[in-house]
Amino acid sequence: MAANGTKTTQAEQGFVYGPLIAGWLVPGAGHFLLRKWGRGALLALAILGMFSLGIAMQGKVYTSASDILDILGLAGDLGNGMLYFVSRFAGLGASAVQVTTADYGTRFIVVAGLLNVIAAVDAHNLKTGRKPL
Amino acid sequence: MFSPSHFTAVILFALCASVVFGITQRETPRRMMRYGLYCFALFVGSAFVLSWVMYLVAR
Repeated sequence: MAANGTKTTQAEQGFVYGPLIAGWLVPGAGHFLLRKWGRGALLALAILGMFSLGIAMQGKVYTSASDILDILGLAGDLGNGMLYFVSRFAGLGASAVQVTTADYGTRFIVVAGLLNVIAAVDAHNLKTGRKPL
Repeated sequence: MFSPSHFTAVILFALCASVVFGITQRETPRRMMRYGLYCFALFVGSAFVLSWVMYLVAR
């Protein structure tokens, strides 16, 4: 019991939102900050892989929102953090869906963002002690 | 341009999503692995079932 309390206290030390923000900006970085190298590497591989596949399939990167579906797509894309801004800056992805695989790619990019948010929240939970280290 | 078949896209999607689900939703490595495999099987299994349902409905 005492050991568990000590672990929780150690986990709560410092700026608790660091892993959350780092994990959002760079996939897996939140876990890397907590020295969870294996988990962080797997998360980064999965999220970067999914985002890259989406771009390779000429998926659409949402740049503006005119209706509710576009707003949801843009929110999902923003979950990718720096990947989203880099892809916008580099002009990656398609501006409009023209082939079937591009539609898959658009979903891959949105879901990569949502998975990145889940991973960042997991890093935050590890930091606060809500989830055991 | 990468143009996978629908089934390949499902497999790739299931693989990436299952890895994240497994790591984030369970606490120990063994349970993470089991939950990841469970999610992967559900993704691919449901794709098979829905494919057959759509095939039979379309006939």
